Amino acid sequence: MDTENKEMMTGSQALLNALVREGVDTIFGYPGGAIIPVYDALADFSDEIRHILVRHEQGAAHAAEGYARASGKPGVCLVTGGPGATNTLTGIADAMLDSTPIVVIAGQISTEMIGTDAFQEVDFTCVTQPICKWSYQISSPDEICWAVARAFFVARSGRPGPVVLSITKNAQVGMTSFAHEKVNYIRSYDYDPEIDITRIREAAAAINAARRPFVLAGQGIELGNAQEEFRAFVEKGNLPFGSTLLGLSVMPSSHPLNKGMLGMHGNLCNNVKTNECDVLIAVGMRFDDRVTGNVATYARQAKVIHLDIDPSELGKNVHVDIPVLGDCKKTLAMLTERLVKTDRTEWGDSFRKYQEEEYEKVISKELHPAGGPLRMGEVADAVSRATGHNAILVTDVGQNQMIAARYFNFTQKRSIITSGGMGTMGYAVPAGIGASYACPDRTVCVFMGDGGLQMTVEEFGTIMEHRIPLKMILLNNNYLGNVRQWQELFYNGRYSFTRMTNPDFQILASAYGIPSRRVIDRKELPDAVREMLETDGPFFLEACVEEEENVMPMTPPGSSIDDMLLEC
Amino acid sequence: MEENRLYTIIVHSENFSGILNQVAAVFTRLQVNIESLNVSASSMKNVHKFTISCKTTAKNIEKILKQINKKLDVINASCYTDDEIFQSEIALFKISTDEFQNWVDTSRLLRGYNTHIVEVTPEYLVVELAGSGEAIDSLYKELDRIKCVRQFVRSGKIAVTASPLEKVNDLLDKRRKRYNIGPQ
Repeated sequence: MDTENKEMMTGSQALLNALVREGVDTIFGYPGGAIIPVYDALADFSDEIRHILVRHEQGAAHAAEGYARASGKPGVCLVTGGPGATNTLTGIADAMLDSTPIVVIAGQISTEMIGTDAFQEVDFTCVTQPICKWSYQISSPDEICWAVARAFFVARSGRPGPVVLSITKNAQVGMTSFAHEKVNYIRSYDYDPEIDITRIREAAAAINAARRPFVLAGQGIELGNAQEEFRAFVEKGNLPFGSTLLGLSVMPSSHPLNKGMLGMHGNLCNNVKTNECDVLIAVGMRFDDRVTGNVATYARQAKVIHLDIDPSELGKNVHVDIPVLGDCKKTLAMLTERLVKTDRTEWGDSFRKYQEEEYEKVISKELHPAGGPLRMGEVADAVSRATGHNAILVTDVGQNQMIAARYFNFTQKRSIITSGGMGTMGYAVPAGIGASYACPDRTVCVFMGDGGLQMTVEEFGTIMEHRIPLKMILLNNNYLGNVRQWQELFYNGRYSFTRMTNPDFQILASAYGIPSRRVIDRKELPDAVREMLETDGPFFLEACVEEEENVMPMTPPGSSIDDMLLEC
Repeated sequence: MEENRLYTIIVHSENFSGILNQVAAVFTRLQVNIESLNVSASSMKNVHKFTISCKTTAKNIEKILKQINKKLDVINASCYTDDEIFQSEIALFKISTDEFQNWVDTSRLLRGYNTHIVEVTPEYLVVELAGSGEAIDSLYKELDRIKCVRQFVRSGKIAVTASPLEKVNDLLDKRRKRYNIGPQ
């Protein structure tokens, strides 16, 4: 240990030094009583750490998520105890369901006060344990270095996820000797499970024997940084694949084997072929019910191979014939090595019929409507084209999310940031802020609806203060559109509390000094998108879209996944 | 509806505060009641051992095991059927001396169950029985019939595996080697 490692300092200084050692250069946070000592020390760290003051702690947690998803590094969020801490809960739960590595550091009252119902006392460790990967209360300054090193190791290794550190005020102000050592092993935690070579052989044999193989690409490929291994795998075997919502940017949208999105609002061909293939190979995905539809009729004819790093995912939702536990960067490479180059042109071509049917019945109407109000799809398509399909797409939740996911195209990895598992409305604006800090050289396009925007609209203040160059596109239909769609289709058209009376969003944007433009006429759309992208700094584009548009195609809830509605 | 069965789960974990809470939360999430729970130190330094029994379905028990195993500070959780473990329980009966003496066959009853008398006072005696859950149930019924039980408590099941292999030790040794970590 070098001499620097034995320097005496306060717990707050030790915390910040430890964060710097873990490679942290950006923190999203909000100060408060129980974290003031850390904020006081932070003033001396301006060369090493950039702090972004958000307007609500939920925003800090989502910004940390957006940062992590775009950069691949853990996002960090710093808040006070009590309400400051509980305001991050939605972000923590969101990060848990979407395997996003974030570290939430929350202040806590002094150890001797705990248990007295003191001002802003919440047992945050206990509250967060069920919704995060690891939660720990630091009660002494001497625990800080150990806990920070462990937190970052846990957040980013294995199947990534959120970690919570509560730090008591006495731990922040007490003196300690700084001794930070990186953690790379925890005996109770098998983050890189042993690969069973027998399973690899079985899987390779099954794929080689397959005449109609179909691959499901999940976010695990991005998390495992296995995009190249995945490309080699599908190209060698000529394996057509569809992606989950979170896996959409694993491979370029234009790749000939890429058949688009899976699931409820995915591409028809994928859902039909899922129930026609003879071998189904799932990589780093978890058979969410939005992907499978009714599991009783899901891919029953197929031999299912599932590659995942988390043993609890194997066989959880669907029956798996060949589970392949392990880091997919390794397992994919091992499989590719054993694949026989196979021409499966006929099978690949058989997707076309369904792609054409979907184009004719859904996509052409969405992108080239004969008339009427703006369609959401044409807006998403226009923005994607204008960015050369190179932008990072951040979406909120609902129709805007499904439409953007369907019509945005990707050329680079780590380019879709959306709340998949939790479906958290209000996610987009703060997550976009985080993505923008993670990738300052890339255009970040945020798609949202009028409902979701108003859940975290306070983060316009953060955008204003830091001139964050977010390109925000509001698809305004004056409805909570996704719920309205379900009410129309499955609840006899009773629009119970889904109509919204909205403010003038342009005035709202201008109050925050954010330039904006409203588009009603489709002829203006290209110019508005151009203006948005050419404007330095943030821009707010409000597209007034058809109010009662439905996202199609759609598998009705509870139906077989290939039983998609194309028109309604 | 899948049938409920009695399962015994053995969990080894690090000795951090809050682990019991995390393990119990897995049962809460699936709305499965814990029938008995015993937590104690194990033969390994800083490793705690939980013996948990619960009645649930085969499908649920698989979810429960996977979710407990997923907890960061849990080393291992496994599920056993009765023929894979040796199990025992301990019970204490506080018995009213008067009523006990009024019954003629008392000492034969206690000897029959191989009990151990821990304490005798003019008012009560404390009797200990270590053995199977069935034996404890049965003695309780017999004593309750003569209405002499003032207090009754049982420890919850404890168990050791019948296998000659020491699974958790082996698992930790193998893992250390795999991650190139020296001996403990």
